[in-house]
This record gives sequence, C-alpha cells and structure tokens, in this order.
Amino acid sequence: MMDIERIRKDFPILHQNVNNHPLVYLDSAATSQKPLSVIETLNQYYREYNSNVHRGVHTLGTKATDAYEGAREKVKNFINAKSTKEVIFTRGTTTSINLVATSFGREIVKEGDEIVLTYMEHHSNLIPWQQVAKKTGATLKYFPLQEDGTLSLEEVRHTISEKTKIVAITYVSNVLGTINPIKEIVEIAHSKGAVVVVDGAQSTPHLKVDVQDLNCDFYAFSGHKMCGPTGIGVLYGKEHLLEQMEPVEFGGEMIDFVELYDSTWKELPWKFEGGTPTIAGAIGLGAAIDYLESIGMNEIQNHEHQLAEYAIDKLSEIDGLTIYGPKEISKRAGVVTFNIDGVHPHDVATVLDTEGIAVRAGHHCAQPLMKWLNVTATARASFYLYNTKEDVDRLAMGLVKAKEFFSDVF
Amino acid sequence: MSFEQLDALYRRVIMDHYKKPRNKGVLPDGNVTIDMNNPTCGDRIRLTMKEKDGIIENVKFEGEGCSISMASASMMTQLIKGKDINTALKLSRIFSLMVQGKDYDDEHLDLGDIEALHGVSKFPARIKCATLAWKAMEKGLLSTNE
Repeated sequence: MMDIERIRKDFPILHQNVNNHPLVYLDSAATSQKPLSVIETLNQYYREYNSNVHRGVHTLGTKATDAYEGAREKVKNFINAKSTKEVIFTRGTTTSINLVATSFGREIVKEGDEIVLTYMEHHSNLIPWQQVAKKTGATLKYFPLQEDGTLSLEEVRHTISEKTKIVAITYVSNVLGTINPIKEIVEIAHSKGAVVVVDGAQSTPHLKVDVQDLNCDFYAFSGHKMCGPTGIGVLYGKEHLLEQMEPVEFGGEMIDFVELYDSTWKELPWKFEGGTPTIAGAIGLGAAIDYLESIGMNEIQNHEHQLAEYAIDKLSEIDGLTIYGPKEISKRAGVVTFNIDGVHPHDVATVLDTEGIAVRAGHHCAQPLMKWLNVTATARASFYLYNTKEDVDRLAMGLVKAKEFFSDVF
Repeated sequence: MSFEQLDALYRRVIMDHYKKPRNKGVLPDGNVTIDMNNPTCGDRIRLTMKEKDGIIENVKFEGEGCSISMASASMMTQLIKGKDINTALKLSRIFSLMVQGKDYDDEHLDLGDIEALHGVSKFPARIKCATLAWKAMEKGLLSTNE
C-alpha cells in the first residue's frame, strides 16, 4: 500500500487554497506536479554546478556532464532500453515524434505506402504523420475504434497490410484512458514488416514500461507529465534504426569533425542532440525517475486504477452525466472524461475552479476523437500518485453543484 | 449551497441568451461570412452579416461553445443590428475593455445586455470565450472596409 499522506507531503504545491478551497489537482494528464526532490535537484544544479556539458575540462563541467549522462542511464534503466545509445534527450514527446517522422518517416516511406494511426491519437502523434504522408504521397489509414473506445486486434490485423511502413499509436489515450495492447500490435505490425512508433506520453508516468518487452521500434515521452521539469523529453529508438537516421538539427555538440565543406557526426545518441541540451531538465528528469522508482510503478498504477474505478462509480451516480471510454476497468488508466447534459465543459470547469478543483475542459488536442465521440469538447479528470478518494468526492460534489447551478438559473 | 461567486459570472440575462439565443442561424442573403474558432478549446462560430452602405442591416450567428461564448454572440448580434460599421467597431472596443476589467468610456452608446458580461473580467480564463463573436465581427467588418 502507498502512504498517500507521506507522498502528498512531497508535493509542496498541493498544500494551498485556490478560491478559498483546498486545491484538488485533477489535471496531471496535462502536466504533473513536482516533488520536492525534483525541485531541489534543479535548484542544486543551478546553485552548485551549472556548466555546459561535453566541453570544458573544468570541474563543474565534468560534474554537469556526469549528472546529465547519469540521467540518461536512469532513463535507460527505467524503460529497460538495451543501451544509453538508444536514449535521446529531446524537448518533449512532440519533438521526439517529429524527429522520427522527419528523419526516419520521410526517408523510408514512399509513394503508395501506408501509415496507420488510431482515432485516439493526440495531435502530436497525428500531424507529423499527416506531413510525412503529404510529402511522400503515402496514404494514412486508421484502425477503427470499437464502441467502447478500444481497439480490436482482429481489426488491427485487418488494417495493417504489406504496404504499411509505419504504425503510430498511443499506449494510453489522453482522453479515453484506454490502455492499448501495444505488444500484440507490435507483433502484428512486425509480421508485415512495419515499424511501430509509440506515443508514451500518458503511459510512462503511470505504468511500468519495458521497451524491449513491448518490442516497439520507437517510443516517445515527456518529463513534465512524470514529476519532472518541462522542456525535457525522450526518444527511445532501436539502435540499428537510429544508426541509419540522419540528424535533423545541426550545429554544436552533435559533430565529430567539421571542415569547410563537410562534417561528420558524433556517435549515438549525441548526433541527435545538437546545441546545448536541456541540462537541468535532464538531471531533473533523473530525479523524477528516482522518486517514482522509490514508490514503485506498479504501486502507482494500482493506486490510479483504484481511483479511476472509484471515480467511475461515484460519477455514474450523477444523473445526466456521461463517461467516455472503456467500461471494462482493466482496460483503463487513471483518466476519466465526461460531460454533463446541458452544461458545456468550460462551464463545468469554471464551476469546479470556484471550488478549488482543477480539471481540463476542451478538445484535449484530440479533435478527430472528439468528432468520433460526436462532441465538441469534454471535461477530464486525471489522477496521479498524489490524488485521494477525497479528491474524487470533492469532484463529485462539485459536479452536483454545477448541475444544480445550471438547472437553477434556467 | 452558495452560488455567490458563480452568480457574478453567470447572470440570469446571460443564461437567458444562452438558452434562447437571438439571431441564431445563417443569413441566406448575407454578404459577409466569417468563421472563427478558439483552437485552444474548440468553440466555433459562423457569423453572417448583411452590410449595405456601411450599415449592418442584418446579422445572424451559429456555432458551438460554452454559455459565455454563445450568450455573448447572441447579445452582440442584438446590439449591432442596424448600426453603422464604425459604431459596431466602437462597441467591440468597449466590450473588449470591459471584459478585461479595464476602464472604458461608453461614449453615450447603449450597451444593451452586454453589460451583464462584465463579470467575465473576474474569470481571466473565460475572456477569450466572451470575445470570440466580437473578433469575428471585427474581422468581417474590417474586410469590407478594404
């Protein structure tokens, strides 16, 4: 069992009143809060050993380089990559996916080939592939969604063809909370010779990820959704694939020899890290990984699972409230998206905000999925390790208030 | 249950416009059509106006969005119908200042129901909802001036 009270003490931001109510933060799918250990790691870096990496021979430079590369080692272990050569630091999930799309996608995808996606992709795992398709003349295809917002492996088998070069898919939907069967999809895709790119933005913070077990070819995620700082993310890629890819950013840090008319690149992973990297961010991400591992990813997943189950039970009691996504709780992560009849989600979010409850309202960067759900927007509560059942109770009370207020004024 | 803080934002007149929008629809004989959306939240509006000799003879809107954006659109159409372009643009500037909580001079213009939206200034996250229709109107009228 996780000691939630102790965990909550690690997050200073949670202990404040918002609009005269104790803050209930239910927007971790947008960005998570940061534990003291991460905040202090950043502080310490800037106070004590701020220096550029892979350059000077001076002491601080060595210390910063060790910490930066040490963070890479932590990421490697956290996702079980084979080697640190497979761990590239980026600005975040969006940058990671764009890097694969630009450097790999545009090279291997040819006219008439197919790229297969799902309706539940975040815009960041959709638009880069639209661009690849436009540039190369490839066709975009989509796995059809089942009524409950899950994928059927039967349909997956049906959709991927010999022409499919890339399958780009999210591990966990940021709207429906669906956990997709990545391992099985990878197997099907590989049997047809396709490469699989996984958007891990919503999975890496919440469940144990093993990229070798998933056997995916690329895996992208962000630090800020997993207790780390903003501005740092990771692209994992299988070494033999990264090896054949060209950098997309050129300049300092990523070169081997530079001459007037030609240059050569550093080896992996540095050839993809042009310019001064987000040093503090990477070190902070390392601290976040230490923190999450000290609690245990399986424990975190179980906790969120229980909260989601509790929330679905609680919210289902509210008349006129629709919950989207899988009914089967085992197929879900700690994301609960809903609408109240007759009350626009923005209005729901405003009412909740006056009660000190932070939720997300809008299209969640998933406009095609909104269309599929036949809504223009939804409200979303997302949970993390620091949320409690009391938070869910406050949410339910706030929603009842929103309903009452809007039926009252009419 | 106290709704005090919410009442400041959601005045009865706003809810009335939201539930019973005025000038809802599309003008078949309109000569100015503007589509605008708020990409961060998905609200969208289509505004059609019939402009003749600098006068907005008729105006209608349709769209999807929260109570604030739709009520604001409804109030705006009511207010600018029959006005000349300069007055409409003046009203838009006044409205923008009002919802940002800034001082404004009503220049002796009748502001109609839009004064009910002044509470939006206390909810900064909702200012963009309130101004969506107005921005569409400005864009449409400025294009006719070109």
